Amino acid sequence: MSNVPESLRYTDTHEWVKDLGNGEYMMGLTFYAQDQMGEIVMVEFPGLNEYGSGEILGSLEAVKTAEDFYSPFDCKVARVNETLEDEPALINEDCYGRGWLVVVRTDDPSGFEGLKSAEEYSEYIGE
Amino acid sequence: MNKKTALYDRHVSLGARMEPFAGYIMPIKYTSVQDEHNTVRKGVGIFDLSHMGEFRVRGGDACRFLDYLLTNDADVEAGQAYYSTMCYPDGGIVDDLIVYRISRDEYLMVVNASNIEKDWAWVNNHTAGYSVDLTNESDDTALVAVQGPDSEKVVQMLTDTDLSAIEYYHHVSGEAAGRKALIARTGYTGEDGFELYLKPGDAEAVWDAVMEAGKESGIKPIGLGARDTLRLEVGYPLYGNDIDHTTTPIEAKLGWVVKLKTDKDFIGREVMARQKDEKPSRYIIGLEVTGKGFPRHGAELFEGNRKVGIVTSGSIAPALGHGVCLAFVEKGYHKVGTELEAEVRGRRIPVKAVKLPFYKDGSRK
Repeated sequence: MSNVPESLRYTDTHEWVKDLGNGEYMMGLTFYAQDQMGEIVMVEFPGLNEYGSGEILGSLEAVKTAEDFYSPFDCKVARVNETLEDEPALINEDCYGRGWLVVVRTDDPSGFEGLKSAEEYSEYIGE
Repeated sequence: MNKKTALYDRHVSLGARMEPFAGYIMPIKYTSVQDEHNTVRKGVGIFDLSHMGEFRVRGGDACRFLDYLLTNDADVEAGQAYYSTMCYPDGGIVDDLIVYRISRDEYLMVVNASNIEKDWAWVNNHTAGYSVDLTNESDDTALVAVQGPDSEKVVQMLTDTDLSAIEYYHHVSGEAAGRKALIARTGYTGEDGFELYLKPGDAEAVWDAVMEAGKESGIKPIGLGARDTLRLEVGYPLYGNDIDHTTTPIEAKLGWVVKLKTDKDFIGREVMARQKDEKPSRYIIGLEVTGKGFPRHGAELFEGNRKVGIVTSGSIAPALGHGVCLAFVEKGYHKVGTELEAEVRGRRIPVKAVKLPFYKDGSRK
């Protein structure tokens, strides 16, 4: 049974997004996705630039596989979780907390509001 | 429909991630690939390899038959084992395998699970003129491997057979946990270890006994994920990834299992002899990733704008902490120290040719 917190919103590509207020949104990899990938050994971060919805932000390398992560909506990357450069395993240990990936900015809340709810995401991953 | 091994229930109750592999539903990992990998490097781990295929060869011509069928020399002592390739007339590899000589007229061939049907047909198609009797025992054989520097200590608790007397790549018929077993000092991890060939009905009892005996040594079950990183770290090729019907043992640096120094005829000899004389146009080499990232199977290798090879296996090497690859490269780019770039999702990652094995401190006897 995956852990899908009620308070977050979710993308089809298995990122979670949290509204931090003031047009800032934190995002990371869902519990389901990190569990599927296994131990993550490297994270590649985007530059602090503007990205269109669905554009590749960076990539995650696990022992057996690699996956990209994507921009959930049009936004600008404000900061990245540099701790992960030394401790990528935090994504597996605490994907909704210390394993967050990036914080993005946008003045348009409609992108966030269009994401999946916890219930919709749970259904999406078949649970 | 994927087959289950006799140990399926054990894997499920241990919480393994089960996935289809070569027609079987197999444990990929129980906890984490890196943790399982390091357990085998430093202590001891137990594997279910019952998906592997076993063919028994009996008869007065068994030795002569295997000498013709396989590239390595079959004329070893009873109680010895050898690694070999089995090739097509053009030198391409049908499969790589371990062969145990049970007695003068009896051998056991252990083949890759994904190749059982193909191999069985191939072996049977070449018996004309040889007095041999073949049995496919794949479904009647379970295989439990115990690998790691502490493996002798653990397996010794289950058997009266003096394991210290079994040399690397040797085997005896004996008992493990009171069950009939072929006890072999073989493996594919670069570590010392044993492989126990069992009746499927005995597999759970032996598995449980090994787990119990290994408790003090911190034994853990090891999935196929770590089996792959363990073999890659010591540079062993994997059929279907690094070698297949388009590659020859000479190109794959497996010339040591091709008996060109003898005058015995074997399938593929002519091509391999010529290739050895003329030098192959490409080689398998080991690459260490010197930049950031992990080139995987299929990543192309470049020197400048010139494509010079392709990665056949790639992963992090857990005991070393950086990425490693096996790759095919054109002759001239295969020398140790050669610097190349691997293309991964449109980016170039620097890599360097190094001597194999990547991991040099294995406990293999």
